[in-house]
Amino acid sequence: MIYRETGTFITSYIEDRKLFPIPFDKWAMALFMLFMVFVIPFIASDYWLAAHLIPILAYGTAALGLNLLTGMTGQLSLGTAGFMCFGAFFTFNIMLRSPEWMNLPLALMLAGTVTGVIGIIFGLPSIRIKGFYLLVSTLAAQYFALWFFRSYPYFLNYATATVTLPDHHFDLFGIGETFDVDMASFEAKYLLSLGIVTALALFAKNLMRSATGRNFMAVRDMDIAASVIGIPVIRTKMLAFFVSCFYCGVGGALFCYAYLQVLGIRTFEMNRSFEILFMVIIGGLGSIAGSFYGTILVYEFPILFSWAGDYIFKGAFDTAVVDNVAKIMYGILIIALLIREPGGLAALWATAKQKLRTWPFPH
Amino acid sequence: MKTKIWITGIAMATAMAVTAPPVMAEGEVYIPMPVYRVGPYATGGTGYFGGIIDYYTLMNMTEGGVGGMKIIWNECETNYNDQKGVECYHRQKEFQGKPALFFDPLSVGISTSLVAQGRKDKIAIIAVNHGRTEGQRGDVFPYYFMPGINTYDEHSIITAYIGQLEGGMENLAGKKITLLFHGSTYGREAVEFTHMLCEKHNCSSEAIEVPHPGNEQTSQWLKIRRSKPDYVVLRGWGVMNPVAMQTGVRMGFPISNLIGNIWSNDDGDVKPAGSSANGYQAITTHPTGRVASVIDEIVEKLYDQGMGDLEDKSRIGSNYWNLGVMAGVIHLEAVRVAQARFGPDVNSAQVRWGFENLNLDTARLTELGANGLVPEIKTNCMDHVGGHQAKFMRWVYAETKWEVASDWIDGDVELSQAIIDAKAENAVANEGITPRDCNDPAQRDDFEV
Repeated sequence: MIYRETGTFITSYIEDRKLFPIPFDKWAMALFMLFMVFVIPFIASDYWLAAHLIPILAYGTAALGLNLLTGMTGQLSLGTAGFMCFGAFFTFNIMLRSPEWMNLPLALMLAGTVTGVIGIIFGLPSIRIKGFYLLVSTLAAQYFALWFFRSYPYFLNYATATVTLPDHHFDLFGIGETFDVDMASFEAKYLLSLGIVTALALFAKNLMRSATGRNFMAVRDMDIAASVIGIPVIRTKMLAFFVSCFYCGVGGALFCYAYLQVLGIRTFEMNRSFEILFMVIIGGLGSIAGSFYGTILVYEFPILFSWAGDYIFKGAFDTAVVDNVAKIMYGILIIALLIREPGGLAALWATAKQKLRTWPFPH
Repeated sequence: MKTKIWITGIAMATAMAVTAPPVMAEGEVYIPMPVYRVGPYATGGTGYFGGIIDYYTLMNMTEGGVGGMKIIWNECETNYNDQKGVECYHRQKEFQGKPALFFDPLSVGISTSLVAQGRKDKIAIIAVNHGRTEGQRGDVFPYYFMPGINTYDEHSIITAYIGQLEGGMENLAGKKITLLFHGSTYGREAVEFTHMLCEKHNCSSEAIEVPHPGNEQTSQWLKIRRSKPDYVVLRGWGVMNPVAMQTGVRMGFPISNLIGNIWSNDDGDVKPAGSSANGYQAITTHPTGRVASVIDEIVEKLYDQGMGDLEDKSRIGSNYWNLGVMAGVIHLEAVRVAQARFGPDVNSAQVRWGFENLNLDTARLTELGANGLVPEIKTNCMDHVGGHQAKFMRWVYAETKWEVASDWIDGDVELSQAIIDAKAENAVANEGITPRDCNDPAQRDDFEV
């Protein structure tokens, strides 16, 4: 009923390959994007922007990056936070040490590219090793990043441990001064993140539908078979590392610039890598949208719980109790979800969509 | 992408429905409480925030709050995690339609993350006895306060105490001091200054990092055993402290030469270390035990009536809890100072002015019943720290209590001022801050900077 295909006739190959072949889907998505761009910044409070939407967008980018590598190409990685760290530090340094004309979106792309190149270096072992062995070797990236930025205080502009990111880094072509808008406000940061994330997600979606994406998946499914049919396995793996690390780097930079507003090494410790891996697994390996579903669940769940403790029980329970119960519930939820639907939230949504198609007359 | 519509939509609708503020009674002030009751740093969190909550509760009972306004607060669990702390800050900025008066997260990481944001929101960020040290310069960081001592004071006082132990500062020459620090924003804050201090006193220094959370330190202590320092300064936090004492003693390092810093001095840090901790010395700004009438009053009116925030009554009078009470006294004194100028219903910018004009001298502290607990603190526009002095205490294992080991020792303000100024100027250059002029009375007395 809702995702109805009746009446949609595809008459050419181009139409068949459209991103949203179902009109309802297309309109819903367009409305959603319009809502996100034109309504949210005006109705959402600072709290919603600063503590929910922006971190979800930043985390989502990193999760998407990991998903491209792990979900699409089958290369396990635990270096995500390390790559985020590279992205964040390079963005800061590019902004700090470039002439006036440099702006944040450009710096993000440049930093992402450098991170991608570093990703290729740390991806080299993937030529020879697979699975858990690769997982362990990518850990090196994690530790290297932290060690590197700790050892060379130049990259932190000689600050002790953290740098406050200055507001003027957010100005874009002097828009802020000309039109007297606060470019460092949460609305502006949100729109910047949203723009970058939308562009990157769209790019990832299209990449997956291209020959390159099919190469990624062939390597994931069986790399020997892929090389037999003439897919350049090494190049594909390296490309996957590059693209993935580009995304992680941009995600890390957004995390610092748009969300925390502070750059520090501790932000990118080991835990963050695991957190993002959970997001990808829960969201659905190999699904672009799934990366964001997983992010939302992993990020929002503990907050939702503590919020419930606050507002529903009016602080009747100790925050320690609430926090520990949240952890227990979170564990149970993940186990239940993965037993019920190993494909994660994305697969759950696909099933729901199938049901919606025939609803309310499933027969 | 599509489910995002529903999830975000539902989440926002519910949130907006529920957060619609019920109208709050007149005559209340709201103070957020970003606690951490779980995780490796829970000893610090429960003690400190327990002390604050107990003091606020007492004030609500005996004086009807602060300046006739009832104090209300709500808790948000940060886990001592910077990112969660930032979320808590944004959530707690407003509660039931009442804006927060200030924000005290007891975490260098969280408080430094909020320096710029606090200024934008005109909410003072408080970091008692710690923090981003250049925040002392109130002209550059008007919304950041570290009442008590700052990190540089702390480490210069520790060096001075080591000098006393050696029988004079000149005897420090040729000695070797190792800083064993927690791998966090907080831990790193002291590294550079430790080297500077040793340069001044001709001793050699070394800094060794213990990664968070610090429950395994064998490799660090092996390194210490190889380099044979005369003193190890422990800049620990939470579970790292007892582990350092135990590992150190096991490796044959004399515990009397292990000097704890301001966050390695709780009863909860030394008790788990057992007999290893006997003779351990640590710096403190406030004595432990029931040292002031306000603490007796809290015990009598709260804990004896079955109230009070600590679950374990034996922690009454412990270092972190006492620090919490001390913080509570400082907090509410700032509110009172602001109320004296602006009337009872103060806002956060006015309370900021209150924090900048604290004058807790002995007379005032006696009036508050806090003499003997809170050190003298006098802040001004250029000095957001105000105390700059500390004492030392020694743990007596047999009696399970701390004994006072020294008189008040002053920090090396001269040495620290230079580096604080340099860092503040760096912040002015790189963070787009326009400092105010503290010599101009108009700018100095303007509460809304």
